[in-house]
Amino acid sequence: MAVLEIRDARKSFGTTLALDGLSLALGEGELLGLLGPNGAGKTTLIRAIAGRVRLNGGTISLYGHTLEPEKPRRDLGVVPQENALYPLLSARENLETFGKLNGIDGKHLRERIAWALEWSGLADRATSLVRTFSGGMKRRLNLACGVLHEPKLVLLDEPTVGVDPQSRESIYDMLGALRARGTSLLLTTHYLEEAEARCERIVIIDHGRAVAAGTLVELVEQAGLSGRRVRLSLDRAAAKAPTGFALGDDAGTLTATITDVVHELPGLLARVQAEGLAVRDLEVRTASLQAVFLKLTGKELRE
Amino acid sequence: MIGLIVQNAWTQLRRDRAAQLLAFVVPIAFFSIFAIIFGGGGTRMNGTSRVAVAVVDEDGSEKSRALVEALKGDSALRVVTTRAVRSGESAAREPLTRATAEQMVKNGEVPAALVLPAGVGASIGSFNTAGAKALVLHDPSDPVAGRTVGGLLQRAALRAAAAGGGFFGVQARDADEMMPLRFEQRAVLGEKRDSPMVAFYAASIAVMFIMFSAAGAGGALIEETESGTLERVLTSGLGMTGLLLGKWIYLTTLACVQVAVMFVWGMLVFKLPLLQHLAGFIVMTVCTSAAAAAFGLVLATLSRTRQQLAGLANLIVLSLNALGGSMFPRFMMSDALQRVSLIGFNAWALDGYLKVFWREAPLSALGPQVAAILGFTVLFLVLARRLARRWEAA
Repeated sequence: MAVLEIRDARKSFGTTLALDGLSLALGEGELLGLLGPNGAGKTTLIRAIAGRVRLNGGTISLYGHTLEPEKPRRDLGVVPQENALYPLLSARENLETFGKLNGIDGKHLRERIAWALEWSGLADRATSLVRTFSGGMKRRLNLACGVLHEPKLVLLDEPTVGVDPQSRESIYDMLGALRARGTSLLLTTHYLEEAEARCERIVIIDHGRAVAAGTLVELVEQAGLSGRRVRLSLDRAAAKAPTGFALGDDAGTLTATITDVVHELPGLLARVQAEGLAVRDLEVRTASLQAVFLKLTGKELRE
Repeated sequence: MIGLIVQNAWTQLRRDRAAQLLAFVVPIAFFSIFAIIFGGGGTRMNGTSRVAVAVVDEDGSEKSRALVEALKGDSALRVVTTRAVRSGESAAREPLTRATAEQMVKNGEVPAALVLPAGVGASIGSFNTAGAKALVLHDPSDPVAGRTVGGLLQRAALRAAAAGGGFFGVQARDADEMMPLRFEQRAVLGEKRDSPMVAFYAASIAVMFIMFSAAGAGGALIEETESGTLERVLTSGLGMTGLLLGKWIYLTTLACVQVAVMFVWGMLVFKLPLLQHLAGFIVMTVCTSAAAAAFGLVLATLSRTRQQLAGLANLIVLSLNALGGSMFPRFMMSDALQRVSLIGFNAWALDGYLKVFWREAPLSALGPQVAAILGFTVLFLVLARRLARRWEAA
């Protein structure tokens, strides 16, 4: 059974259509990345799952149970994009507050706080006020507050935005530890490399609809970008592209797409030589998520 | 370059409606409200409202009756000589006595009473310094009423004396003898206190202060919206009603502590008689704090930003307090304005504190004030809850 299943979700704000029949499913222990340009409907979808947006149509089910807006969701953890923390409370006090709000108390709460402080690497700063924390520390605490009550599904809205690479790495280590316990994760991110490297599956949404879903390989195929991209840097500008190549903007580069590197690449290079051109550098790679995204949405994804 | 800065600032102001409101509408609103209260139409000093005075004629002579009639004919005075009593099913009126008139002053029903003791008729226009004197009983919290009555009494006495054959041929030896009717003044409230006016002003300042304080503290709700903690809290099991009630209880207890600190300081430094009126103080402070806290929540839920809240709080709190008597006693206002001022819970709160500390009224006398303030509290809470809908699931 899918942990989370969204069917034909529809939502309008006035004349703006935010969700237009979006559907997706998330499996047990899966890390699903949600990608989309600004205004695609990602945050509306996250808020709808969290019960903060009422859908005009469609259903959202958690473990087969349809979710109602504004009803408590004990199996759900939400990690907002902003560091939603009380700056004049300590790390421990923030954890206590959000733990109690999510229904845990007493000995269990104390145990969970001890775990969360250790998990987030903040055990030695437990009693420090949050306003004295660095951006990365706040991000980690923000994450800890969202998972303290051991939800089975965690929604993460841009969990690594604005943090340095080292903190980003430690956040993904924390998420890895959650997955090892069987927690399912749904995250939105602007970082395509992160989505490419970290997520098992990716859903690309645009104009409130899921335009593609699957692993990176599946997405490349769906976008019609299967094969290897070959890029040659020349020693001088070419007057015209040899057969099978496209000429780059500066005329100093040639690009081509091949399916079999071993058998097709020598022929390509021979044609370049036959034109009297010399190759200065050669690059062969699969289509990136960036290319897939651009192909499917017609937009670059920028921070 | 400097011109660019100026142009940029004006462009931004033109596009910010809240800033325009604060810059142009708020000063006009302030000016109008204060002009009404302190200027032309609001106070009784301009003659549009008459000073109420209870008059007791113990002499009953022809001259004293003529004096009472002259007082009644004075356009600056509203003379009260009887009061309502309930006998069985029907309501009747009985003439005032010295004791009932004094009680009316103590209750705040009139700011002054005039007692014409036996023999005073013979003194009118006689310029006899040994004769009977009139007695003016007054509430010192209204510094104008006692003096006004004293002055107008002379005018009335002149008229009464002239009507009765007068005082011609009398050689005056000093200024006192030039008075057609000598009188003495006695404060019927606060006479036992070392610094009686402290109790009066402590209440005024306390009510205004906790309104500002609650409005400011209610801004925490806006900060929570901006920081995202409100969204996080609402995603948990706690609903908007629970959140608002939590905030309200906090703001109420905070206001109670603030007022208590202020009054304890007043007791220690300015000899404010707090311990003698502890029960009334607690009742009024809890009720007023509850209303101020709910009022703060209304302002916070009405505002989108801290700046809007600050502007709104300044406008409404200062206006309500000007109207409600914190800056200028309500009894100095015209009757119409006194009635209008009851639209603010602070006017009721101030009346309640004054009953406790100034009029030394029993707890049971606080009924109307407590009921009105609690009514305002419920109204504010309902309003804040409705306004907070904008934070609920869209």
